[in-house]
Amino acid sequence: MTQKQLNGVTIDVNDEGYMTNHAQWNRDVAAALAKEEGVELTEGHWKVLDFIDKDFAEKGVVPGMRRMNKVGGIPTKDLYSLFPDGPIKKAAKIAGYPKPVSCV
Amino acid sequence: MNNGQKINKVSIIVSRGSLEGVYPGLIMANGARMEGIDANLFFTFFGLHAIVKNKMNHIKIATVGNPALCVPTPMGAGMPTWMGAIPGMSWIATAMMKKEMEKIDIPPVGEFIEMIHDAGARIYACKATVDMFKLTPRDFCPQMDNVLTVGEFYEMSAGAQIIFT
Repeated sequence: MTQKQLNGVTIDVNDEGYMTNHAQWNRDVAAALAKEEGVELTEGHWKVLDFIDKDFAEKGVVPGMRRMNKVGGIPTKDLYSLFPDGPIKKAAKIAGYPKPVSCV
Repeated sequence: MNNGQKINKVSIIVSRGSLEGVYPGLIMANGARMEGIDANLFFTFFGLHAIVKNKMNHIKIATVGNPALCVPTPMGAGMPTWMGAIPGMSWIATAMMKKEMEKIDIPPVGEFIEMIHDAGARIYACKATVDMFKLTPRDFCPQMDNVLTVGEFYEMSAGAQIIFT
């Protein structure tokens, strides 16, 4: 485990850059993490991040693509345009959650 | 080996039309896109059923000639192979498997193809099979991008890892 400085706050991350202590996460941290991934957060991004947050609280895992579609109401196309090159992994990282473990 | 370099592109061939023949290719294509890897799906022979409108949602597990089939669960006792030929066996096995797949959010074939296409993967049909099965463009789901010859398939697979399933 390593620590990382972001906008003056210190966060704990694993060697792939996923946060290991969600208590350290807030909207500013998300914006800073997003910037590192080359993403500028908009309302559309927040809809995804908020859904991951809500679903993780409920299920204890990062939702997969289909759950994002069906339960979150976020179309696949939107996910790929908001978070290019690996939407769920990227969104989970920005949302301060572990690397997704689902295959679909 | 490619010396630990990231895979940038895959071309996945789906050649079989059973449930267990179709899904691995679909899961790998979707998984590739989720990793930011370019993906092409090429359907050939009975694998073509996965993109034919009135076949794609009726794909079944092969119960005949499948010695790995177990009852009542996939890890239960081995089923005598002759039982696979009992009428309705394929239907029952498929219904049970689909229920399990639904639980882990693996979509039905039609929805999965749409998801993979929306994810940016391209979907191709094999020309030789299309001719042999006497199919027309109207027979395919709207996500089918093009009918390709083998030569064209290799062309569009330039720089890709080719995976045959």
